[in-house]
Amino acid sequence: MIRLLSVRLLQAILVMVAVTAIAFVMFRFVGDPVASMVREGATQAEKDAVRVALGLDKPVLAQFVKFVGQVLTGDLGTSYRYQQPVTTLLLSRLPATLELVIVATVLALSLGIPLGVLCALKPHAFFSRLTQSATLVGISMPTFVTGLLLILVFAVNLRWLPSSGRGDLVDIGFWQTGFLTLSGLKSLILPSITLALFQLTLIMRLVRSEMIDVLSSDYIRFAFARGLPRTYIYGRLALRNALMPVVTVTGLQIGQLIAFAIVTETVFQWPGMGLLFTNAVGYPDVPVLAAYLLFVGFLFVMINMIVDILYTFIDPRLRTR
Amino acid sequence: MKTSIKTLLAGLAFLAPLSQPAFAETLRWASSGDVISYDPNAQVDSFTQSVHHMVFDPLVRRNKDLKLEPALATSWEVVEPTRWRFKLRQGVKFHEGQPFNADDVVATIKRQIDPGARNRENLSTVVGVEKVDEYTVDLILRAPYPLLLNDLAAIYIMSKPWMEEHDALKPGNASTGVVTYASNHANGTGAFKLKAYEPDARSVFEVNKEWWDKPQHNLDEVEFRPIASDATRVAALLSGEVDMIAPVPLQDVDRIAATDGLKVVENPSLRTIFFVFSYRPELHATPGQPNPLRDVRVRQALWHAIDTNTIQKRLMRGKSRTAGMLVAPAVTGYDEDIDVPLPYDVAKAKALLAEAGYPDGFKTGLACPNDRYIADEQICLAVASMWAQIGVQANVSVESKTTYFPRTDKGEFDVYLLGWASLPPMDGFSPLQALLATNDGTFGGSNADGLTNPEIDKLAYAASTELDETKRVEDLKQAFRITHDQVLYLPLHQQPVAWAMSSKVDMPQFPDEYVRPWFAQIKK
Repeated sequence: MIRLLSVRLLQAILVMVAVTAIAFVMFRFVGDPVASMVREGATQAEKDAVRVALGLDKPVLAQFVKFVGQVLTGDLGTSYRYQQPVTTLLLSRLPATLELVIVATVLALSLGIPLGVLCALKPHAFFSRLTQSATLVGISMPTFVTGLLLILVFAVNLRWLPSSGRGDLVDIGFWQTGFLTLSGLKSLILPSITLALFQLTLIMRLVRSEMIDVLSSDYIRFAFARGLPRTYIYGRLALRNALMPVVTVTGLQIGQLIAFAIVTETVFQWPGMGLLFTNAVGYPDVPVLAAYLLFVGFLFVMINMIVDILYTFIDPRLRTR
Repeated sequence: MKTSIKTLLAGLAFLAPLSQPAFAETLRWASSGDVISYDPNAQVDSFTQSVHHMVFDPLVRRNKDLKLEPALATSWEVVEPTRWRFKLRQGVKFHEGQPFNADDVVATIKRQIDPGARNRENLSTVVGVEKVDEYTVDLILRAPYPLLLNDLAAIYIMSKPWMEEHDALKPGNASTGVVTYASNHANGTGAFKLKAYEPDARSVFEVNKEWWDKPQHNLDEVEFRPIASDATRVAALLSGEVDMIAPVPLQDVDRIAATDGLKVVENPSLRTIFFVFSYRPELHATPGQPNPLRDVRVRQALWHAIDTNTIQKRLMRGKSRTAGMLVAPAVTGYDEDIDVPLPYDVAKAKALLAEAGYPDGFKTGLACPNDRYIADEQICLAVASMWAQIGVQANVSVESKTTYFPRTDKGEFDVYLLGWASLPPMDGFSPLQALLATNDGTFGGSNADGLTNPEIDKLAYAASTELDETKRVEDLKQAFRITHDQVLYLPLHQQPVAWAMSSKVDMPQFPDEYVRPWFAQIKK
């Protein structure tokens, strides 16, 4: 158990080192922030002064060493655009993204699992076929198209829901939540549906195929032969085993959702980390871009580790290895 | 049944006014970008500056015709060529109640010229500030400088006691990581008070009832929302969530204009779009061969070969203003006589090329951004095909502004597209100093392609110190005349500003693209 953990930890550190190097190198090539930081009629001397102030005149290796040193002390630098420490900036945007992701995940799970079970139990029913083909559309449509379609129908034509923003927020300590106001809740609906759609389809299809697999296995047939009640067989014996991979996928998908909420947040002007990232690309705000990549790398490494550890709890056989 | 619906409607109509506070006129407008910071010294972004103007007043400001007029200063005089004296307005109060006086101006100017101020260069010639009495202030200049008032129109006055109270006397700065209370809060003397600021979400302003000036608007509140996605911004307008959007994506102009209750307002802006030539010995496209662009006849040929009419009608949908010089009519130094493009004449272009020794044309690079100016990429493609007709093979390259502008700065292109709005001074000195004068550290900051003309340099230095306005304007015009005759740059047009708004909103549009809600009226 301890060996397993230490190996995973070592791997995690290696991945983070690689991500740091990539983050640094990549964003040296996205463009020079000086051009967007000076005024239109800036003189050469002015531009040089900005470059020196940002340390961009130093050799790339020296810049990298400084960057790693900063990262190790938890200092991700200061945003060129917002003039705030990047850590503060990311933390202030985290609530928006997390609330969106939580609602999307709850939506995907609470609809995806029952729909998947239903499609597995009655694979030939009309309803199952309809759900199957409808979700096929859901999974193949680009996120921004889904988002814009929802905006067109529910914001522009019906005028039921707002097309952008988070609505009114309530401060609870360091966390700004939209859960406690009507406009906040209304604002959540369209973006979370957009974000949930892909995940919902994935979960539904996964549950369905796992469930069909499990239902055709011997122990389920024996259970039927023993005359156990159907609800017990479906609910306790089959679904429980079918949900194993769903745990993994949901875990990884939460990471995906946080990292790739970028498109949804841009379409709906949702002031989370994804929007922060897109705005940083256009500036280009290198510290924010690098920090975001580090954050996402860290997130995936952590999620993978947690999923691995959870496995050993769910399936005790893994512990002995 | 009929009656019951009628009764219901009547009831609803009666209830409707109760659902919103009486007489509250809120202007809700959305733009593509957000305010970067409310610290007036922390950025150089002209959009951010335009929003600041709602909260802060400068010493002098632009009126409805964009001419300079007194604001927090009531009058001024040049005591010595390097010392300007400003009389300040009395009885003005900041939003949080502090009275306005000379101490505030002194503290603001000191903060502005602090080496840590990001926009330090917006007031580059001022080296000192002195309080004469409670309502009189002297600004000390490094050298005689004619554009001080133009510069001051973009310097917003902050309250000294407020800055002291919140430890914000020094400006915020990204490179050193300085963030101050002033980054997220604002206390000015302007027409509106900043009530709430949520980055990337919204800024809310309420009317300043104790404003020193007579309001020309009928607003109680302004809500600004940044909406980066073009489609979403248009959706917000169509769904009635906002009253105005600026800018409008060009492809949506017709659709919005055709929608009941909405209108589109379009006018040419100050931003002139033009081509820049490389004056280096060789072109990047043809290493080892002499640069044909150094020959004036070649540059004239390239101008003659451009069908500006087609560009204006097709690409700009008839909304641009074809230009012959680098500045727009509203900018000082504009000259009607030279604002004439060389006529579209392929035969003449060919003859000029042959005369210059290129009867079969030549190869050159042609670069454009694809996310900065209106129809930028299409302009390049169109011009390349027009030049092909006279044998000039232009190799078009297109890229995003984030990598494009650093490359223009390093002189990596042969011919490229650039826009210039001459802001904030709104004066011909801006392109003269930045584009036309030889690059030497203080002048020619955007002239990275080896252009050098001693006569223009002389005029640029003269115009930077000449206090006699008539003489100075003559210097500017002379410099632009040389630019035109020598085709040092190839002007195309002033691109349009497009806003869309509810027909209930009456809002003047300005060529500097500033949104000025203090001139807005909402019909009841």
